[in-house]
Amino acid sequence: MKCEVCGEVGATVQLTQVVDGEVKKWQLCETCASQEGFNVQEPISLTDILFGMGGEPDSVSDGEKVCSTCHLQRSDFTKTSRLGCQECYSLFSKELAPLLNAMHKGDRHVGKVPRCEQMSAEIAALQSDLQDAINEQHFEEAARLRDEIEILSPGDVSAQARSGEDVDEA
Amino acid sequence: MRLDDLLEQTGSWLSSDFSTGCVISSRVRLARNIKGSVFPGWASDEDSLELCETLRPLLMGLPSLKDSLFMDMDTIEPMDKQVLMERHLISSELAEKGAGSGLVVSPDETCSAMINEEDHLRLQVISPGIDLGSLLEVIDRFDSELESVVDFAYSPRLGYLTSCPSNVGTGLRASVMLHLPGLRLLDEVDPIVRGLNKIGLTVRGLLGEGTEPSGDMYQISNQMTLGESESTIIRRLHHLVTEVTGHEKNARQRVLESREAMVRDFVGRSFGILTHAYTLSSKEALDLLSGLRLGVEFRMIGEIETRTLNELLLLTQPGHLQKIEQTLLGPEERDCARARIIREKLKDAVIER
Repeated sequence: MKCEVCGEVGATVQLTQVVDGEVKKWQLCETCASQEGFNVQEPISLTDILFGMGGEPDSVSDGEKVCSTCHLQRSDFTKTSRLGCQECYSLFSKELAPLLNAMHKGDRHVGKVPRCEQMSAEIAALQSDLQDAINEQHFEEAARLRDEIEILSPGDVSAQARSGEDVDEA
Repeated sequence: MRLDDLLEQTGSWLSSDFSTGCVISSRVRLARNIKGSVFPGWASDEDSLELCETLRPLLMGLPSLKDSLFMDMDTIEPMDKQVLMERHLISSELAEKGAGSGLVVSPDETCSAMINEEDHLRLQVISPGIDLGSLLEVIDRFDSELESVVDFAYSPRLGYLTSCPSNVGTGLRASVMLHLPGLRLLDEVDPIVRGLNKIGLTVRGLLGEGTEPSGDMYQISNQMTLGESESTIIRRLHHLVTEVTGHEKNARQRVLESREAMVRDFVGRSFGILTHAYTLSSKEALDLLSGLRLGVEFRMIGEIETRTLNELLLLTQPGHLQKIEQTLLGPEERDCARARIIREKLKDAVIER
């Protein structure tokens, strides 16, 4: 492929830029890439370029963000491209966003859900239906939902919903 | 079951009796981490050891890993690690690790799990040819069995959380090994590789990450794991691999029609050298085995079974050679042993004249 700037020489450098959260990719030759201010002799990793672009800049006084669970620092990630634990995903969520955007098809998981998570999602939905049923005074429906929740997760009927029992039995 | 028992076989994914055409084998792997545990790269040695001790019996108790074998990276010999890498059962990263890392593998090698590699668990299933749909079913079952005994690090928004953000989401990497001599002879591999790269697929050599293609063997795999479901990833890869194999068949036809002498020369030289050489380097052997395979598929060479072609792919690699010879060999000794094994395996083969 020819360089997208001069259109003459074969492109050997792929440049990925994030502008206003939008990822743009360019194919450049070495000369044009140097003119754009990129030192092609020292390879820059995608992590170096993108990690942190979506986050608020760290002020010097803040020091470096450190994960309280695994003690991974921001700079550890830019060095290794690996995170230390599941909590790092929450701590560095803003910094990770542009990186994930450039790497993947989308920014949300649309695949398999572990069974225990499916259960909690199902229970949360039932809890919300139960609350609606109570608010709308559909007590038979509320009792049915409460029993369903009790079967899925014994003892998980929320305190609020439990107060519906009196009405149900009245 | 012992490691030596594994060596008696080629691995069911390579011991197919029928030709699988230009698709050699397919693999699917899932990256998983245990909820609440620090990822392997940041865990202390004690934590890794403890987690490995916990996971090992759990894995070996799963139906998918019935009668499996455990190999401790701390105690197995470097030569055995090399053998496992050549069989695609462990990565070079796992091979470099010691205590607290290991491999659990089913007797037929179709299902395996690496413990404490880049992630706590890397589950893998492998089969001959391109049956990605079935592989997805098998690995999904494997994963579900495991999920009933451990909780995985998971977020509803980002899916399965992995040490490297490039695997987050499904944690799924599917890869297909292809033999593409037709496209290589016509100089048409590069544009295809570039096209595949552009749409988010990675192309690597026979031994995976960081290896240059040799012997006309290419591994195509998905790069993206977030934002697409497992079945979409698999369907897309299957579709694209089918396109590439279509191009390969077409290229073989064209090269045979337009440059028959070149094809016959490639096949003939490969056959001649493989059946008569007394020393062969690993790279040379792989390149010549490509010509041999093409010759068998064009029916220019007879009396060689697909099983033998596949066996030779494995047995001529350094780890396997040394395992067969039961001793550490220097490069020159390996080249002699390689040539001898090939000559023996091909003693009945005949070429059309």
